Amino acid sequence: MSTSAPLRQAPETSMSTPRRRTPAVGTSRLGRGLLWGLCGIVGLWLIVPVLVVIPLSFTGKPSLKFPPDSWSTRWYANFFADTAWTSALWTSVEVALLVTVVATALGTAAALGLTRARVRGLGAAQGAMLAPMIVPGVVLAIGTYSVFLKLQLVGTLAGFVMAHTVLALPFVMIPVTASLRGFDRRLENAAASLGAGSWTTFRSVTLPLVAPGVASGALFAFVTSFDEVVVSLFIQSPYLQTLPVKMYASVTRETDPTIAAAATMIIVLTTTLVFTATFFVARRNRAQ
Amino acid sequence: MPSSTTPAPLSGAAPRGRGGNRLAGRGARIELIDLSKRYGDFAAVDEVSLVVEPGEFMTLLGPSGSGKTTTLNIVAGFVGPTSGSLKVDGAAIESTPAHKRDMGVVFQHYALFPHLTVAENIAYPLKRRGIPKARRAELIGTALDTVHLGEYGHRYPRELSGGQQQRVAVARAIVYSPRVLLMDEPLGALDKKLRDWLQLEIKRIHAQLGTTFVYVTHDQEEALVLSDRIAVFNHGRIEQVGPAGELYERPGTLFVAKFLGESTVLRGDTTRDGDGSAVGVCARTLRAPGHIEGPRAAIIVRPERLAVRPAGDRPEPGWNALPATVAGEIYLGSSRKLELTLPDGSPALVREQAGALSDVRKGDEVTLTWRVEDSVLLPDDPDVEAVFT
Repeated sequence: MSTSAPLRQAPETSMSTPRRRTPAVGTSRLGRGLLWGLCGIVGLWLIVPVLVVIPLSFTGKPSLKFPPDSWSTRWYANFFADTAWTSALWTSVEVALLVTVVATALGTAAALGLTRARVRGLGAAQGAMLAPMIVPGVVLAIGTYSVFLKLQLVGTLAGFVMAHTVLALPFVMIPVTASLRGFDRRLENAAASLGAGSWTTFRSVTLPLVAPGVASGALFAFVTSFDEVVVSLFIQSPYLQTLPVKMYASVTRETDPTIAAAATMIIVLTTTLVFTATFFVARRNRAQ
Repeated sequence: MPSSTTPAPLSGAAPRGRGGNRLAGRGARIELIDLSKRYGDFAAVDEVSLVVEPGEFMTLLGPSGSGKTTTLNIVAGFVGPTSGSLKVDGAAIESTPAHKRDMGVVFQHYALFPHLTVAENIAYPLKRRGIPKARRAELIGTALDTVHLGEYGHRYPRELSGGQQQRVAVARAIVYSPRVLLMDEPLGALDKKLRDWLQLEIKRIHAQLGTTFVYVTHDQEEALVLSDRIAVFNHGRIEQVGPAGELYERPGTLFVAKFLGESTVLRGDTTRDGDGSAVGVCARTLRAPGHIEGPRAAIIVRPERLAVRPAGDRPEPGWNALPATVAGEIYLGSSRKLELTLPDGSPALVREQAGALSDVRKGDEVTLTWRVEDSVLLPDDPDVEAVFT
């Protein structure tokens, strides 16, 4: 679940590419039909769980029977009436916002350093920072847990923020690095010649021009933290749980459709964020 | 050759007109002393020394890779020299960071900030200097007027043509009245017609401001149009510095002769001959004033100094002559170029003014003549051919 956020967009992007291209020579009508069919199946595969969960959250019965045979919003009411759920939601939002700030700042700085420094071992440094994307979540979780135990960070806000920041860092570094590669460094020379020191240059020239990359990095950082479950399960405590942890606990202990309501809210929140961002980026691109 | 513009104080009510401009100021004197920039074994700039006088228009001219842009970048502070020193008005600045040098820089690809409007771009250096808003508006207006873009302040750079963008870049670089304006092939990305017009604009702005200009180009015509003096770069070194006329009439090296303007090159072994030298070319003896070190010489003659005569004409005293065949002619309206082939197969170029055209045709056998004092005697340099062919 932790890496699903950026991947969630994948079917959209991969489907829009062949549409824009002119058909390749030799691509038969049948071939194109098959391609569309296959893409349709993959798309459906990815979206079906969502289509199940949303109706489930509006069921009138206290069970996860699908399809529901009666409708109500009682599970939403239940969610907001139960402090265990609301405090988990609040913790998740708090952690995700802090992670967004910290990971965006660190990831942008790392991207800047990695694209510009001329020292040995740059590739290794980059690999290390991107590793959380590839290393299995459980491995990371166990490692984090054992270190956090020693440092007494288990079940603390700081612990969640640190662990999630490590996971979110690659998702900031990748778009920011891409933006920096497209950035014309002569603009920085121009700014210097006009009297701007390096910090002023960064603030007034570099940052505004790579802002789309930074913004999409921030978004991914938020979403990565907000629905991270594996590492969170290890470093949670009964007193401090994030929403996905609470959901996992709920689904293992009771079969209460409140979890469907919670899941639906996560889906709505993250999709709204991604779509809003996509909309603004598209509008900005059109303007330029 | 400093310009005669009266220095006007930045504070404001200086009279305009007659070449005066509210942005005008005193230009700085720049000294490059044994400046070098090495990358490993390769010297991009190799012990370059040059003095640019206050208010002078100095052009660094040379082929690509000759070190002229690196030299400019050292002066601007974008590149640190490996050795040597750099002085502005007597103060060493080689360790001063670029943003404290108070120089204006105009780049080949404009380098306007795409997220700011034209007016905001020009306001940028003023904000860095803490100039209050009202004063900024005034200065931006003056700078835009100077480059004839008064109405464009609210536009974004992407909404302007290349020539307009470059004029905005000039406005941005002069608005804070820097003592030095550096330009790195500013017209290189523009088409010929626009380039010709902007050259005159730059010349006018230089005359109005009185700022010291250092201008980098590989275009010799541009250098001739603009410069008070030209420094010709080759392989990271300065071959010769001087006013355009001096470089053209008295080139110091074969490279300078070939890079600046057209010429005929006649190579041969040389011996002393009284005040001058004798050079054996195509089994004939040519004379040239002066002496050189070494046995191999090249005589340079500019095309307008050469004339064609009927074949078999004997040279008069004080004239050189060579037999030649007309290989082609190029009619240019105000003049005509004749391409000739010498007996050893090497080419020669003659320019005749309209109204004084000879009646030779392609294939004619002729005698090529010129006065001995129009021959420039230089040491032969076999490396030079590689640069031009």
